[in-house]
Amino acid sequence: MQLTGDNLTCQRGGRTVFSGLNFSLSGGEAMMVTGRNGAGKSSLLRMIAGLICISAGRLDLSGGEPDATLAGQAHYLGHQDALKPSLSVSENLRFWADFLGNSDATLEPALAAVDLAPLADLPAAYLSAGQRRRLSIARLIAAKRPLWLLDEPTSALDVQSQDRLAGLMRDHLAGGGMIMAATHGPIGLERARELKVSPE
Amino acid sequence: MSAFTSLLLRDMRIAVRVGGGALMGALFFLIVVTMMPFAIGPDLGLLARIGPAILWLGALLASLLALDRLFANDHDDGSLDLLMMGSMPLELAVAAKAIAHWLTTCLPLVVITPVLGLMLNVEMHAMGWVSLTLLAGTPALTFIGLIGAALSVTLRRGGLLLAVLVLPLTVPVLIFGVAAANAAIVGPAPFGPPFTILCALSLASFVLGPVAAAAALRHGLE
Amino acid sequence: MPIIDLANPTRFLSIVNRVLPWLAAATVLVFAFGLARIMNAPDDYQQGATVKIMYLHVPAAWLSMMCWGVMTVAALGTLVWRHPLSDVAGKAAAPIGAAFTFICLITGSLWGRPTWGTYWVWDARLTSMLVLFLLYLGVLALYWTAEDPGRGSRAAAILALVGAINIPIIKFSVEYWNTLHQPASLFRRGGSAIDPSILIPLLVMAGGFTLLFFTLHFAAMRNEILRRRVRSMRLIQAQELAEART
Repeated sequence: MQLTGDNLTCQRGGRTVFSGLNFSLSGGEAMMVTGRNGAGKSSLLRMIAGLICISAGRLDLSGGEPDATLAGQAHYLGHQDALKPSLSVSENLRFWADFLGNSDATLEPALAAVDLAPLADLPAAYLSAGQRRRLSIARLIAAKRPLWLLDEPTSALDVQSQDRLAGLMRDHLAGGGMIMAATHGPIGLERARELKVSPE
Repeated sequence: MSAFTSLLLRDMRIAVRVGGGALMGALFFLIVVTMMPFAIGPDLGLLARIGPAILWLGALLASLLALDRLFANDHDDGSLDLLMMGSMPLELAVAAKAIAHWLTTCLPLVVITPVLGLMLNVEMHAMGWVSLTLLAGTPALTFIGLIGAALSVTLRRGGLLLAVLVLPLTVPVLIFGVAAANAAIVGPAPFGPPFTILCALSLASFVLGPVAAAAALRHGLE
Repeated sequence: MPIIDLANPTRFLSIVNRVLPWLAAATVLVFAFGLARIMNAPDDYQQGATVKIMYLHVPAAWLSMMCWGVMTVAALGTLVWRHPLSDVAGKAAAPIGAAFTFICLITGSLWGRPTWGTYWVWDARLTSMLVLFLLYLGVLALYWTAEDPGRGSRAAAILALVGAINIPIIKFSVEYWNTLHQPASLFRRGGSAIDPSILIPLLVMAGGFTLLFFTLHFAAMRNEILRRRVRSMRLIQAQELAEART
């Protein structure tokens, strides 16, 4: 399985954010997208997730499921948690597991992986920022998708949760998954390659 | 559970939980209909004559204004991004949201219509027909309004913009809805033709609405 | 007993638990007595037995207005005195008031059928009861929409104070408009115009309704306090779990 970006260009509001970006990522590999503020790290991830139009260039995922689109095989963890406060922790997770992936997945392992199992019946409105973040990470476990697109995944997480997340990412890579993470600092993956995004 | 039903049930659940707007549409409907006699006077004969028109106008406004937050909430908390990455086409996801909205917001309108008709002195035997036209016509309002909801969320403007965009598109629904209701009550024109056209409008918007709304959401990305 | 004692929710709960059975029993007794008196009350020479709807309709109308009065006091308590129980009192009163208003509208409508020949007439008093009902529904919608109980009750308190202006309008609308409806004849200048055979059961029923209101109100306040405790315990649970990990 391989994700390749060929001469990618992103234009937003008439401004060129980045251009001529080339990269390739194979199964089991992680890539850290770095660059200063406004360089287009988030835009690159959103582009791969199919949330921003590609201005020029090509994106290609080979070796995945033939019928599914690139976005249909990717998880996107953005700045927002995509949780509904009036639904319980397990209802929120159940919905995203059903909607994004296979319907028969059990939630317990995913909730246990982010240490939220005792709160399963609590409305999401009661969660702290870090707990909300962990719940949205749980959806990466509950629905299986090969490509993880993580935008500042460690924000709002304490040290212990960051370690847990690193462990989950290592498990994902060991299972042949791919990770692209936009980040300013280390996220606990030793063998990650670095992709520097810079304007022009 | 399939992605479609899970989205449908999730939206319905949110609507009936604390903070959801399930009965707000019906409440707005009740208030609009109550305001009418204040404006035109308590003459029961007059109210009975224009009752179906008042009910249709009230239902039109209630069902459209309630659509305002349909995509806006999902946009604000980041859910909309993920809805676009689902394994099923965005058109189906949008249709699931619209059906959930119709069940939680428009169906209560249809249910309370007989009570409001009573207050407008619409005759008992006629109430069933007016409710039937609303049952057949409100899906068209929801699915046409869906387009406006998608357009207004990508432009990040809510409220009145939605009504401005959508109200002109609902003119045919209003015409045939009121025509069918009046035909059922006073005649002399037969009930069948306007009612069939009303059903046709609903079915057509059932196809057109999700396609146009999904296109609006996709193009709103950039 | 000073009011400070009632400010403590735990003290309030224990008092309510002690008082509530007696209050409920008194309500049942007064209603039984009132209904027996209504059975013996004379029929109207024009309206026949339908006039007895009045014994439900009129007390419900009084109580729906009194309930808004309770909400107004509670709103002042929330906004001005910041009494800890007052927003609980306001929130508990709103659905009860809406229910009494609804009873008043339904009975008025049923009474109207034989009297006017139609279920609904846009007569001044019924219409202003309808507006009151809409105001109640607005307050309920406000509580329903607010996810944070504190913010919701402050907003509802402001709405209750604004809505209190509506109650004089209902009262005086009787004198402004001359309508199909019975004019308010109970407290007309120069004494009561109602025969004692009707007035006494009416007052008994009004007393029964008032007792019913307080029974329901105390029970609803107790439920609301318990509901808030459940909420804060669940919040603590979420917090403790977060702390236990570190």
